[in-house]
Amino acid sequence: MTAARPDQEASRRRSLGRRVWSAIGLPLVAIVLAMLVGAVVIIASELLVGGGQLNWGKPLEAYGALFQGAFGGTDAVVQTAVSTAPLLLAALGVGFGFKSGLFNIGAQGQYLTGALGAVAVGVALAGAPGIVAVPLSVLAGVAVGALWGFIPGFLKATRGAHEVVTTIMLNYVAISLLAALVAGPLNTPKSISPVTHDVGNAALPVFIGSNGHIGILIAVAMVAVVWFVLYRTTFGFEVRAVGVNPDAARYAGMRPRLLTMLTMTICGGLSGLAGAGDLLGVSHQMTSSFSTTVGFDSIAVALLGRSNPVGILFGAILFGAMRAGAPLMQIQASIPAELIDVIQGTVLFFLVATPVILRGFQTGLDTTQITRSYGEASH
Amino acid sequence: MDGLINGLYGIPLLGILVQFVGYIVHIVPDISPLLLQAATPLALGALCGVICERSGVVNIGIEGTMLASAFVAWIVGVTVAPLLPADPSPIFGITPTLLIALVAALLTALLISLVHAWLSITVRADQIISGTIINIAAFGVTGYLFQLIEKGSPTSAGAFTAFTPPSQLVQIPLVGWIFNMFLNQGPIAMSVIVIVIVMQVLLFRSRWGLRTRAVGEHPRAAETVGIDVVRLRYRNVLAGGLLAGLAGAFLTMEASNSFQTAMTQGRGFIALAAMIIGRWTPLGALGAALLFSSSQAIAQSITFAPPGGDLGTILTAIPAQGYDMLPYLVTIIVVAGLIGRSIPPAADGQPYEREAAT
Repeated sequence: MTAARPDQEASRRRSLGRRVWSAIGLPLVAIVLAMLVGAVVIIASELLVGGGQLNWGKPLEAYGALFQGAFGGTDAVVQTAVSTAPLLLAALGVGFGFKSGLFNIGAQGQYLTGALGAVAVGVALAGAPGIVAVPLSVLAGVAVGALWGFIPGFLKATRGAHEVVTTIMLNYVAISLLAALVAGPLNTPKSISPVTHDVGNAALPVFIGSNGHIGILIAVAMVAVVWFVLYRTTFGFEVRAVGVNPDAARYAGMRPRLLTMLTMTICGGLSGLAGAGDLLGVSHQMTSSFSTTVGFDSIAVALLGRSNPVGILFGAILFGAMRAGAPLMQIQASIPAELIDVIQGTVLFFLVATPVILRGFQTGLDTTQITRSYGEASH
Repeated sequence: MDGLINGLYGIPLLGILVQFVGYIVHIVPDISPLLLQAATPLALGALCGVICERSGVVNIGIEGTMLASAFVAWIVGVTVAPLLPADPSPIFGITPTLLIALVAALLTALLISLVHAWLSITVRADQIISGTIINIAAFGVTGYLFQLIEKGSPTSAGAFTAFTPPSQLVQIPLVGWIFNMFLNQGPIAMSVIVIVIVMQVLLFRSRWGLRTRAVGEHPRAAETVGIDVVRLRYRNVLAGGLLAGLAGAFLTMEASNSFQTAMTQGRGFIALAAMIIGRWTPLGALGAALLFSSSQAIAQSITFAPPGGDLGTILTAIPAQGYDMLPYLVTIIVVAGLIGRSIPPAADGQPYEREAAT
């Protein structure tokens, strides 16, 4: 071992600095800027709609209520955890895909089909002992979600169909499928509008507060599992290698096609678990309008967390807290909950645009490219 | 004639098929104007996709662009309506208010497209992320403002009305319904057919079209012959934005006269499907959009007035949602190349980096 030359040392330090900036600094800057934009939106909208009064304190009032709703007291914290769990799971899936160069916009469909699988089995086992009903219903959700992820993976690996297109389409197929099944075979007879039976004993046990179900613990455990798989197993190494350079990975003896299928299946399984957790832990039954914002939110979380499971955990808590706190913000400060979507969109914008703005609009930087060649992939 | 048809209906399997065709031929003339109306936002959105992707920029933000334009058209209309004279023109019911609202919708779409163009061309960010940003933000901003405004009194600024074609034209046997379909329409729906034809000609017969296709297939080669790739992509994304904006305006100014939260209901994504099935051509996109709107309309017709006999039994056995998922399933089948493969432009979605000057 020879001592590092000074210039090597300097470049290593610089690259460490860049990594810290990219993993922590940039997301924080993006969040702060987005909150500022949110504040401007609040002030401007109060000015326009609220009778032409400039109210500089309004954003603080709104964000205060948001924080109160997310962290003020045990119930609020539990609610934040409940909203975080599905986001975390789906974003772990999306981030896993990112790592191998796959852009899975299908979290929404995988979540919905996962919930569908869970409710179908959950209702069937509603009378069975919980020790049997719960694991089987959860597994059913994971399996159906995984299938919904496997389809685009298979089509990409064998037919070159781009996963962005197929997952978008499968989202809508899932919405229609869900509506058809809830209105059809799963419907409760004599109900006014289509709704399934309650999952009964298949409901996830609550361990804290009024609705803190064990799905939260499963979600947090999955952070460790996904981290371990990605960074401590050969499979995870191969997934990341394919993401960095598919050609090199193939020459090194890896099988990108197989990995594509497996990766998408895992993405789907994680989103399916998210759906199963919400269904079995929160709603306990399904109406034909059962829907979710997890699809796009999870993309935002995965990007914010830089596809790293630990980063995703923090991103999911942030967005989960916002979702949980929004109702109180709406009640106390009369600020519509949709402000959360404005902030999320803006966070993403600054995440992508900040490096460019900082360099004075200069180009020629390492940009966020998740998947390569949308066109060529289909040849 | 009747005897022949009854004879055909009696054949197993084939008979059912003939009955189905007979059923469609029976209902389509009655609902033909509705078919083009339902297809209009899909076709305009798909044209936006064609013009962007032919130059190599993927745009999944069509949904958000449409939604934002629809909202702005409505809100601007409602705001300026009390200030302006409101005597609609005899044809199309045009008022100054509606014109201002339309311009505002188009400007909004232009602005959003500028963001998409900047992020995906200049910043060279992942174009899917850029589209995602637009979709999330448009949903948030429109939902947010609509919630705030709705607390007041939701009003309407009116809407364009449909042109009434001469009855002699509509009543021509066999082909009259086609005239009815394209002429019994408001200005935006009627303009679609013109825009499609003009774009088809421009894309395959003009210098701009050749350059667009060159940039979408092989930007490096295009640049070596002197085409400014960045500028062309900017122009195309902005032009595409105008079309998505028109689609949005259609929703609140022609198809209805007010705004609803998330009222685009995934039309921007069906538009992408229409673009793919139409193989990135304007005419194909319109055809696919019409196919999708027809499948929806026929599904509704089956629910309300099912045909009799075995055919009715079969068709009503399929839940309405089965027809809803048809466009998406067909798109998956087509991109997978199972039936007639649809191939995107080679450089679609790839940011372009100018070769460093040495």
